[in-house]
This record gives sequence, C-alpha cells and structure tokens, in this order.
Amino acid sequence: MRHIISPTDLTLAELDELLDLAEDIIKDPKKYSEACHRKKLATLFYEPSTRTRLSFEAAMLNLGGSILGFSSGDASSASKGESVADTIRVISSYADICAIRHPKEGAPYVASLHSSIPVINAGDGGHNHPTQTFTDLLTIKNLKGRFENLTVGFCGDLMFGRTVHSLIGALSRYKNINFVLISPEELKIPSYIKEQILDPQNIPYKEVKSLEAAIPDLDILYMTRVQKERFFNEADYIRLKDTYILNARKMSLAKEDMLILHPLPRVNEISVEVDQDPRAVYFKQAQFGVYVRMALIMLLLQESEGRPIC
Amino acid sequence: MLNIGVLNQGIVIDHIKVGGAMKIYTYLNLENIDVSVAIIKNARSNKMGRKDIIKIEGTLNGINLDILGALDHKITINIIENGEIIEKKNPKLPVYVDNVLICKNPRCITSVENGISQSFKLTNKEKGTYRCVYCEQSSKSVPDTITKM
Repeated sequence: MRHIISPTDLTLAELDELLDLAEDIIKDPKKYSEACHRKKLATLFYEPSTRTRLSFEAAMLNLGGSILGFSSGDASSASKGESVADTIRVISSYADICAIRHPKEGAPYVASLHSSIPVINAGDGGHNHPTQTFTDLLTIKNLKGRFENLTVGFCGDLMFGRTVHSLIGALSRYKNINFVLISPEELKIPSYIKEQILDPQNIPYKEVKSLEAAIPDLDILYMTRVQKERFFNEADYIRLKDTYILNARKMSLAKEDMLILHPLPRVNEISVEVDQDPRAVYFKQAQFGVYVRMALIMLLLQESEGRPIC
Repeated sequence: MLNIGVLNQGIVIDHIKVGGAMKIYTYLNLENIDVSVAIIKNARSNKMGRKDIIKIEGTLNGINLDILGALDHKITINIIENGEIIEKKNPKLPVYVDNVLICKNPRCITSVENGISQSFKLTNKEKGTYRCVYCEQSSKSVPDTITKM
C-alpha cells in the first residue's frame, strides 16, 4: 500500500509520471471524467482549510468519484478523544482513499501505519504538505519548463512554512538548484532542513534578510504568509507579520521571466497591485492544484489495485 | 578527588556529559534493580573538563547498553570482573530507538495520540543526533526528557 506522507515518497520517475499525467489532464480533462467512477475519497480535515480541501474534493468529483469526510476536528470524533489510529481504521472501511490534514506534525504518518487504504498527507502542522509541493512543481514545470538550473527564493515564514520545507526537499533532487532563503531572524529555516537536505548534498544556499537585495537574482520567488496559527505568542506574530510586502516597486527589480508563487491564502505579503503582473502566477498555481491532485488520486488508486505507478 | 571504592564486579559508565548521570540512572531504572550504585557528578576530567560517572556493583541482565548511546553518544562503558576492566566500549548508536527518548515538540502527534511509541531515528552519526520519526524534531544527546525502561 502506497501512502504519500512526504513529497519524497515518490521517486523522481514516479514524480515525472505524476506531472506528465497532470499535464495530460490539463490538456483534456474530459478524458478523465469517469476515471474514478464508484470510488470514494475521504477528506479528514482536523483543521480549517479552504483551498486544499476543496481542491481535493473538486479533483475527485472531476474524476467521477464521490467524497465524504469532515472539515474540522470539532466535527469529528476527535472532539470526543478518538485517536487518529482508530479513526483511520474505521474510515478505511468507508472509502477507497483518504486525504488527511491535522494540526499535529506526524499525524498522517500515524494514520498510514494503521490504514488499509492509501493515505495522502494534506498538511500536518508546520511539517509537510506534499500535494502543495506537487502543485508547485507542476506550476514550475508547466510555466518555466524545467527544474534544473534555477535560483529559487523563499521569502517570509521559513520556520513554520511547511510548503517551503517540502518544496526545498523536492527541488533538491534536481541539478544546479540554488536557494536564497529570505526571512527575519526569528523565522529562519529549521536546522533539520539544512542538516538533512542542503548540507549533505552540498546544495548552495544563502540566508538573507533583504528581499530587495535578493530579488534581481531569482528565477522563482516563493512568497509565504506569516501564519498566525503557528505562533504561541500573538505579540510575536504582530511584530513579524508584515516584515515582507512584495509590491510593484520591488517587482521592477526582478527578472522579466521570474515567476511569483504563493501557496495562498495571501494576506499582506503580496500587494494586490502585483496581481496584474504576468509574472504573478499564484492563482494559476491554485488551479494546477486540482489537476495534480486528480493525477495523484488516480495513480494511488491504480497502485492499490496492483498496477505500479511506473 | 572524591574516592569511591573499586568495583569487584559491575559496570562503570564513564564520560557522561555533566548533568546526564541522573537521566541515565532513571532510564536504567537503577533504583528498582538489586544493585549498588554510586553516582559521581561534576568529576574532573582531562578529556572533558567535567563529567559524570555511574558505578554499578552487580550485573544488569538483559539490558542493551548500546541504547545508552542514544542518550549520550560520548559515554564509555567499562565492564568490570574480579576488580579488573575486561571490556571497554563506546556504545554503538542504534539506528532506531523506541521509547527511550521523548519528543519535545509540542506540535508533534506524540503529544496527544495515545498508544503510539516514541520512535526516533539516528540522522547524524557523528553528532549522535536522533530525530522523531513523526515530526523530525531532533533530540540532542542527554535530553531533558527520557522515559524509564
């Protein structure tokens, strides 16, 4: 049984297969409209989410399948104290595949240990968010045309930003990738990312504080929101939330073909005036999220029926 | 220098990082085992400046002392028989340790989920770094939180 807990749970060949399938879906979505007929996706969302949950549900509906689930921990037996392990054992008999979001890091991994259906991590605390990473990769592949020879800047909350951690891990598997990590001191990338991913592979990276100084060198700028829900102390959140604001003036310093990605929701970190810039692709990125989730659901269901992903 | 009597038969756990002796004592559950124990804290050491030492008179049957490497990877274990050191070893760091270390990350699923083991994986052999298999939080050597055997 294959589960997707971390973006690196797919080999590079499997990832290529996923992204190729997603691009084929983009070209002709109707071809796949019955691909998951009579299959059920359970969406187990223990914390609120708009985009991720709805894009999973839209993906399954686009494939002709059905959906069931809950959209907050309060609406499930978790509020009565039920463990993740018990919940997934039961859900395994109701659905064919499930997507789980949980505020606690490692919860989807625990689910995968007790599940008899494929488990997809739809975000666990500040840890991993593999389907956002697949979305980001599809966006880069489709709009940039390559994963190699890129200078990728990550800006904002690099400490709790799980999408950042996951994308760094995924991009690190390609050649000639440079990272520029732009954050305030308090929100720097966790040491384990450097210790486990960047340093062992000698991947060049620099940690800086100025977005303006870094932006001219970037091929991709990945902006992130400072997430209120990750702070124990609201004063720290208020102090840090508007550290970086990308506006038209800063964009004038960037390359003409630089892409701006953002996992959304956006708060103040990207001015709305930037939305009109053709380099701002974050809404298209959200749209790609549905296609890549369609591809992932198809491949995991196929694999659970004994047909390997590639 | 404080003197503690020579062991006839037993184990000396040496080169423990200062402050770590009681944690190893707790982990080994020595207060409930029929052995005599001397804990020497803050002893002078040429190698480390200061160190802790545990001397155990008696035998610890069935205990895998390599697990202690997960708690402090720099310790030395001396096996004593008939008043002489017959074996001196540094613990090999196990790749996985279950229910030895406790994850300190309040956001980790282990902080709320009952019935799952506290599992850690060795991610840096040189530094003796273990990381929680669920959330990847590191637990440095001689952590503040360990579990009893």
